[in-house]
Parts: sequence; structure tokens; C-alpha cells
Amino acid sequence: MAYNSSLDISFDVRGGLFMRQVHHWAALLFVASIAVHMLRVFFTGAFRRPREMNWVVGGVLLILAMAAGFTGYSLPDDLLSGNGLRIIDGVIKSIPVIGTYISFFLFGGEFPGTAIIGRLYMLHILLVPALILLMIVLHLFMVVVHKHTQYPGPGRNDNNVVGYPLGPVYAAKAGGFFFIVFGVLALMAGFFTINPIWNYGPYDPSPVSAGTQPDWYIGFVDGALRLMPGTFGDWQVEQNWFGFVFTFNVLLPALVPAGILFTVMFMYPWIERWVTKDDREHHVLDRPRNAPTRTAIGMAGFVWYCVMWAAAGSDLIATHFGVSLNDVTYWLRALFFIGPIIAFIVTKRVALALQRKDREIALHGRETGRIVRLPHGEFIEVHAPLDEYKRYKLVGFESPEVIPAIPNEHGVVTRKEKRRALLSKWFFEDRVAPATPAELEAAHGHGHAAVEAPEEAKSLSH
Amino acid sequence: MKALSQKRRHPLAAIALLLMGLLLTGGLYAVATTVNEAKASTTTYSANDVEEGGKLFDANCATCHGFGASGTQDGPSLVGVGAAAVDFQVGTGRMPMQMNGPQALKKPVQFNDEQTQQLSAYVASLGAGPAVPEEELLDEGGDAAEGGELFRTNCAMCHNAAAAGGALTRGKFAPALADVSGKHIYEAMVTGPQNMPVFSDSNITPEGKRDIITFLKQIETTGSPGGADLGSLGPVAEGLFVWVAGLGVIIAFTIWLTSRTS
Repeated sequence: MAYNSSLDISFDVRGGLFMRQVHHWAALLFVASIAVHMLRVFFTGAFRRPREMNWVVGGVLLILAMAAGFTGYSLPDDLLSGNGLRIIDGVIKSIPVIGTYISFFLFGGEFPGTAIIGRLYMLHILLVPALILLMIVLHLFMVVVHKHTQYPGPGRNDNNVVGYPLGPVYAAKAGGFFFIVFGVLALMAGFFTINPIWNYGPYDPSPVSAGTQPDWYIGFVDGALRLMPGTFGDWQVEQNWFGFVFTFNVLLPALVPAGILFTVMFMYPWIERWVTKDDREHHVLDRPRNAPTRTAIGMAGFVWYCVMWAAAGSDLIATHFGVSLNDVTYWLRALFFIGPIIAFIVTKRVALALQRKDREIALHGRETGRIVRLPHGEFIEVHAPLDEYKRYKLVGFESPEVIPAIPNEHGVVTRKEKRRALLSKWFFEDRVAPATPAELEAAHGHGHAAVEAPEEAKSLSH
Repeated sequence: MKALSQKRRHPLAAIALLLMGLLLTGGLYAVATTVNEAKASTTTYSANDVEEGGKLFDANCATCHGFGASGTQDGPSLVGVGAAAVDFQVGTGRMPMQMNGPQALKKPVQFNDEQTQQLSAYVASLGAGPAVPEEELLDEGGDAAEGGELFRTNCAMCHNAAAAGGALTRGKFAPALADVSGKHIYEAMVTGPQNMPVFSDSNITPEGKRDIITFLKQIETTGSPGGADLGSLGPVAEGLFVWVAGLGVIIAFTIWLTSRTS
């Protein structure tokens, strides 16, 4: 019935197919925009006090958006979405002992039953949107209370907000932006098909189509499932213990990576606050390079996510790049473990190198390419000093230092404090300090040659 | 009847019964297995076709398949594969094979229609096998809805619900089915080339195969009612499109909107 109704909307109702496509493209764009926004917030440090709770609300919004998307994806009851529901059913059933009961409870009997579409419909049109609206209200309310963050710049500090007020200029721009987004979505829906349910046919538990994937935001869980091996050597991942079947080959990939990602994501503001002992309010953002370890952690998580995400399309990678499906899986399995490590190291090195470049430019100015011969025969290249605004950008940032373990009020260094100190060292031991006013003075006061020696002698962990 | 009932205690009755039983099951089995075979060859090949085909075979195929198509280490025996197999493999350019690999790839056809027919005639003469299907099974006049259901149940797990193709293990793949002629689709079903299973006539009836061909040709000609189909590859293509094109354009607009005129 649901499938018939979706076909009716697509082919018999005037403009129905267009509406369906606008709706689906908008859903994909919605979650993608949330993802990009969260990446921006993370890498600029906008989650720091006082905005930790808003970061959490944002994370809840991401999960709700995924829930809204998935329940909507399942509604047409076509073959593709039915296969997706079957995977969800399998994941639920893999939960030891209670999984089967939960599945029967959810589907109103054995999969697929007749109850699930109606239930998902209520979730999709009522419960999830209501929660999303509630969270958006909270999210924006907190933005009003906290004011917006600002990028670093001259005259900008944690006690002010520099820029245009919301009205009228930004209100008008935001209003215009709404129509631009609407226009882009309308063009996409008009010219590009999405979820062609007439290709997939009605759901029937027996057929499974090649190229069955969820919409992109659920892809990373699907990818993790695809990467999981069924055996390690002779050891079967599925085990029978105490008369119960433990389907770890489904349970682990379906729940553990997503669990780790979301737990670390939600806790990160407090982790960083604990490590840095920084309880101050922050309204000025960090440039990602000026928080190298945070940026590296973020990139490691991002790469980990992307590896799982790519694994969800492993079959299409194999067919379209003419490689073996097995090789794609083996490579992605390896990258699942080493990808984040490589990403961490590379990102951190790049961030530190950029900081050193900034420091170099702040101290010595920009290379002009003009070679001058001095009276005694020496050749120097003339460096043009930066103007104050540009220099501010390069030197005006906070650079937390390693805080060694500090005894508590009883004079005891607790084990937790020692761990914090270790983490603090790991975060900041190779930090590149911003150029101080004294260094700048020295560099600009005594000419080029004089500053070269002491600068080298400082040797900032090259 | 009375005579029969009187003789039922005859010493030879048990043997007679056993013989009857064996004959019956054997006969049924014979009937059942011949049903399983595709329709016997109805296209008649002339003796000349067979002779010319034999020459072509010796010159082009025997290196791997051996003289008399008896097979070598490099290629299987072709005795009993039937004319349909030859017509498919040679007619789509997969044979002669360009190189060894996970599977033989489609390429420009190496033999003209007449030569393909001669080769088919030669291989068909070596042993009974599925014949090239008759025209009426390929007329695309079947029931497309029925064909779609058969396709989703039997074919979509490898070829994708929209026949866009899909990956198999170790570099093998199920090809996309757009632009494949009805004859070749039919032959592939009855002969099971490469990694494809054989769909015999008892598995999918000739009418069912006709329905499938009708369905495939219909989705090919109908096109995509909702705009560009993005390869009919499903959510991966859609996700890629929304990230690259959709979000790309939106981000470009945000940069333009927030840039200050100075």
C-alpha cells in the first residue's frame, strides 16, 4: 500500500515526483550541511566553554536528522528500503539474548510484518520532527544567549563581538540564502532523479539487489558491516555461548564504531577542558593550525569515518575502477586501523609547519625577491614587513602549554592528575609558540641579520 | 481385473512390479531432464556451415579449446555447450578472448554474422546443447511487470535492480544490461556464461525469459522519468552528487553572500 501510494505520488499526482525529489534531495543536503557545520565548529574550537552544551545539542540534532532520514527512506516500502530495514532487523537481532524480543516488538512479529511502515510513518512525521524542532529552538536560543563566535582579528577579543548586527543586513542575507537553497534544491529535483522506487519494485523479502546501500549518512555503519570479517583464521566470530548465539560479526561493526565516534564527539569539549585546565570562556575562534593536536584528532576521526563511509560503496569502487572487490575490502580493512594514525601524524606535522611558517613571516616579513648588495659586499634579500592587521592574525592566538601534574589540596598527585599531565604533554609538548612582542621588537629593531642567530639558537623542535 | 488379482501372488509378481516401478521412475526422470534442456535446435544448419565452422574453429579457437573442441589446459571442452553459447560468446566479442583475467570482457566483435553462425553450427554438431533462441521469444511482446518480478528475484542480486551491473568477488562482475540484444540476454540465461548461473527452461520458462527481455528493453527505452538517472546506481551516486554538486554550489553561494565588498 505504501509502495502503491508512493508510485501514485510519483506518476499520478501532478508535481508529485518533483515534490518527492525535492524532499529527498533536501534530506540528503540537510545532513550533509549538518556534517560540514560540525566539522567547522570542531576545527575552529567553537565548542569550548560556554558552548559545550550547544555542541551536544548539535550532536543530538545530527542523530535526530539521521533518524528522520532513515525513517523517511524506509517509508515507500520499496525493495531498496526494505533491504535496509532487513539489515536493521539483523543488527537488532544480533544483540545477545534480548535482540530477538526487541525485533519482534519493533516489527510487531517476525520481520517484515505489516506494522513497521505505519510505525515509521508516525516517527517520521510526528515524533522525530517534533524533537528536531525542539532541539533547533534550544540550539538557536543558546546562540542568542552566548552570541556568535568570531574569527580572530584585530580588535576582536573574548569580551566583544565585532561585525554587523543581525538586522538588517544579515537577516536579509539569511533570508536570501533561504531562497538560494530552495532554488538549488528545486533545480536538483527538476533535473536529477533520486530514489527511483519504480526501478526497485515493491519490497519482497526474497530478492536483494546489487548496489543496495543506505542513504549516505547511514553509509558508515553499512561500511563497517561490510568490512567485518566472519572469521579470524579458524576462530569463528559468531559464537555459541551458554546456549545463546552471539553474532559478533554483526554486533561489533554495527554498534562499536558508531558508539566510539559519538561518545568521543560528545565528550570532546570536556576532555580538552580537563587536559588544558582551561575553564575560561572563549568567543574568539582558533585557526585550525593553531590547535595542532585537536586538528589532528579531528582529522583522525574524519578519516576513520570516511574509510567506513567508502566501504559502503566498495562494490561500486570495484566495478567503476576495475579493481577486485576483495582487494578493496582488504585495503579498507587496513586503512580502518592505520588510516586515522596516518591522518593524525600528517595533520599534526602540517599544522606545526604552517605555524612555523606564520612565525617566520611575522618575524621577518614577506620575501620581496629583491636582492640588495651591501657596501661591504654582502648580499641580502629585502623582506617587507607585514602590516599590523596581517601580523595580528599570525601572532594573536592562544597557545596552551604543557601543564605538569599538580598536587591537589592534600599535596597528593592523584593517578588521574598524572594521566591528565601525560595527555597535556602529548597535546602540547611540541607546540610552536606565537611570536612575542619582544621577539617582534628584536626582529624589526635590529635589522635582518641580527635576529637570525638567536632565532636559530632557540631551535623550536625542528 | 479378476485375472490380475488372481496372479498377484504369482512368484514373479514382485519382479514384475519392481520392473514396472523402475521403468516408470526412469521414464519420468528422462522426461524431466529433457524438459530441463533448452529447446532442441530448430535452426537448421547446412553441412556446409558445419564444415566452414570447423575450419574457422581450427584456425581461431583450437589453440585453447583443442581440435574437435575437446578442451586443453587453457580452455574448456565445448562439446555439448550448444549453438547458443557460441553465438553469445562470439557474438558479443568475448571470444576469442583477448587475455586471461577474472573474466572475458566484451570487446568489438571479431567475426561477422555468417562466420558466427558457422562456428555455432560446428559446435552444435559436436553434441546437443541449447540452440540459438527463436525470433518469437525475442519480440519484446511479453509481460514487462511479470518480467520485472522475475528479474528482481533471479537477476537483480548481481545485475542490480535497474540492470546497472554489480561487483562479484575477485575482480569479476555482472555487467550492465543496457544495449545488450534480446538474443544475447536469452542466450546468457540458457548457457550461463562466465560466472552466471544457467537458468534452464524449468527454472525460468521460455515465456518467462521473454518477459524478462521485455522488461529490460522497456526500462531501457522508458528512460528516467525523474531527470538524469546518475547511472541508476542508487544512494552512492546520489550521496556523491549531493556532496559534490549540491553542497558545492551551496557553499559557493555562502562564500559569495558573506564576502564583504571592500
